[in-house]
Amino acid sequence: MKKRAAIPSWVPTLLFAALVFIAVQYASDREIISRYWSQVIVFAAVTSISALGLNLIYGFNGQFSLGQVGFYAIGAYGSALITKDFSKNPWSGDPIGALCWIMAAQIGIVLVLLAFQLLHIGDLNKSLRKTLSRTLKTHEASMICTLVTLVASALILAAGYYATLGLHWVTYRLMSALFTALPANAAKNVNFLLAILNGGTIAALVAYLVGLPLLRLGSDYFGIATLGFAIMVYTALQNSDLVIPTMKGARGMVGIPLYTTWGWAFGALVVCIIVLRNLIRSSQGRAIISVREDEIAARAMGVDVTRQKAVAFTFGALFAGIAGALYAHLYGFLHPSSFNTIKGFDPLIIIVFGGLGSMTGTIMASVGFALLIEGLRVVLPQGFEDWRFVIYPILLLIVMLLRPSGLMGTKEWGWLRAPLPPERDIPVPQRALAAQQTHNHGEEA
Amino acid sequence: MNNAITRTALRSLVWLIYAALGVGIVWGVVHLVQMNGPVYFAQSVIDGLKLGFVYALIALGYTMVYGIVRLINFAHGDVFMVGAFTSFFAITEYGWGFVPAILLAMIVCTLLNVVIERVAYKPLREAPRIAALITAIGVSFFLEYFTALKWVFSADYITYERPFEVIVWNIHGVLITNITVIIVGVTVALLLLLTFITNRTKMGKAMRATANDKAAARLMGINVDGITSLTFAMGAALAGAGGTLYAIAFPQIWTFMGVMPGLKAFIAAVLGGIGNILGAFVGSLLMGTIDVMVVSFVPNGSRLRDMFAFLILIIVFLVKPTGIFGETQIEKV
Repeated sequence: MKKRAAIPSWVPTLLFAALVFIAVQYASDREIISRYWSQVIVFAAVTSISALGLNLIYGFNGQFSLGQVGFYAIGAYGSALITKDFSKNPWSGDPIGALCWIMAAQIGIVLVLLAFQLLHIGDLNKSLRKTLSRTLKTHEASMICTLVTLVASALILAAGYYATLGLHWVTYRLMSALFTALPANAAKNVNFLLAILNGGTIAALVAYLVGLPLLRLGSDYFGIATLGFAIMVYTALQNSDLVIPTMKGARGMVGIPLYTTWGWAFGALVVCIIVLRNLIRSSQGRAIISVREDEIAARAMGVDVTRQKAVAFTFGALFAGIAGALYAHLYGFLHPSSFNTIKGFDPLIIIVFGGLGSMTGTIMASVGFALLIEGLRVVLPQGFEDWRFVIYPILLLIVMLLRPSGLMGTKEWGWLRAPLPPERDIPVPQRALAAQQTHNHGEEA
Repeated sequence: MNNAITRTALRSLVWLIYAALGVGIVWGVVHLVQMNGPVYFAQSVIDGLKLGFVYALIALGYTMVYGIVRLINFAHGDVFMVGAFTSFFAITEYGWGFVPAILLAMIVCTLLNVVIERVAYKPLREAPRIAALITAIGVSFFLEYFTALKWVFSADYITYERPFEVIVWNIHGVLITNITVIIVGVTVALLLLLTFITNRTKMGKAMRATANDKAAARLMGINVDGITSLTFAMGAALAGAGGTLYAIAFPQIWTFMGVMPGLKAFIAAVLGGIGNILGAFVGSLLMGTIDVMVVSFVPNGSRLRDMFAFLILIIVFLVKPTGIFGETQIEKV
């Protein structure tokens, strides 16, 4: 049995994080590293937030998703809509209109979802079907039930729509009061914070709505369906100027204020890591992991599999949305091609590279990924820049052939270390031993 | 109580709904036909089927490989691109005819895919499935960006010169070109050949056995590795032919041309039920028709076509998750 550690594991982790933060902040303030490279580092932090989200979905929950980039894009555009007009024309016109619409629409959708839950539309449908099938044939009964359900849903949706209109009025008054009361600089920061949060929550809401039907699909089918979702988002963004002219569609959205600093990105990363780590180590987290390990066994143990999948998927999308919001305000320019299929593989490559089910690995791989792509630009001689994306897949191939389970496997470092179950493919006696060890370790930590 | 009356009332309500649905569907089709005239409608269907036949050639490779190794071979679309470029060089640089060009494309793609399989996928047979998938993505990136280098194919759009004159037949206003006829002819011939191989030969039997149960196939003395390579080779040959035909039908090629047709063909394979040859064929025809129909009839359709393709995929998934011809798999503990 291991000895009790002299220092709690969060101390070195905290020290390390503080050191990284101060080092990067100092280096970019004193211009030891150029503005370009500090942007690359911020981008690495942003990417790792999105990749952590995907790791929750695929690494911890086992749902093979290719749709992360779609949620990333939704977060980016959603938050950019909020801040863009705000910074341009702060106190005249309709500066907080987009913010209030987005908030009101989200609350409206949540209300509609709650109404569906509270009214038990599904149960209603079932009981009605039971009653009707006494007098009618099955297909006739189901026809009437479908009609009733549709009418009821339409009524709820209409109610939700009018609630949203009302909510917009309320949020508009509230936000106007808030932003007039705050000094200009604070208002800017509060607005950015709200934009990030809204970017995340829109992505999470969309993920919940998309995930409800799709999560019933098997692993590969779910992957393809989410890929389809990502491509739909991409196409929608390319044609977004048909609906919202500010989004500019395929021409790219310009003039987004450059709010994302190292502080914001690092802070968001730290918050996301803390949330993810505590989620994974809670009983909820163990339920999430149990779905990955064996769905049928998890169901047999009383885990609500669908619920755990929905939770993981929604949280993962929330992270992607937050990352997207930070990305939008990092370069100040959004173009749909930043969210296409080829870019969509990036988070997947990162998490497999770092190790599925390892937060440490994901963060390491994100930093490595950003530095590799940009570093190759520097290392390669003049006229060979095109070779970047030739060398990168070759490196990818070599790493995958040498270490198919990723750099870290499922191992963690420092405070992130959690009593994870061992890998599936090790033989039984060792597995039991490993389980014993991690169990003991978990008790002590 | 008045059970009979209630029943009659409900019954008539049901039939009313059925009638309304029927009228709605008929009205929708009639409306589509009348919107731009029946000739336009027929022309869209023909063009859609033309595209669908090309998709079928790509989809078959996806579905066979998936059936054998359970791998979404993302590099398949890029093999298709290499096929288009090979025939382009054969035709413009060396002045070859159509038949030798398409045969050369098929051979080059076959060799390429076998090499890819040996180098990138075979070492990962026993590794987790995701490792092979990531490798496939890596191979796909490599093919795209390597061929986009200046001294390979260059990243520009290149105009493809057709090896034959285009003949247009006008049948009551519907235009049918000899390109359509060639596409249909080549696809049907290859499909028949493929069906013959998989259903009537010993090799095909071995393939089906491997797809069904790899371990049992190995126990029966089947060379599973060889069969896997063979599957990759056959899929690539079809993709090479598909690339040539696609380039002849839409004569503009560039190194990223394989991404979207590849994805759509894969979606088509899933639509039909993955692992099923007939399913891939039917799914592809459906996919091509939907693609062209959206462009023809939906406002801003040419910009929204990809969205509709995937929307339909998701709807099909929700109704029948295993595709049109797919069999429901029962998960065993």
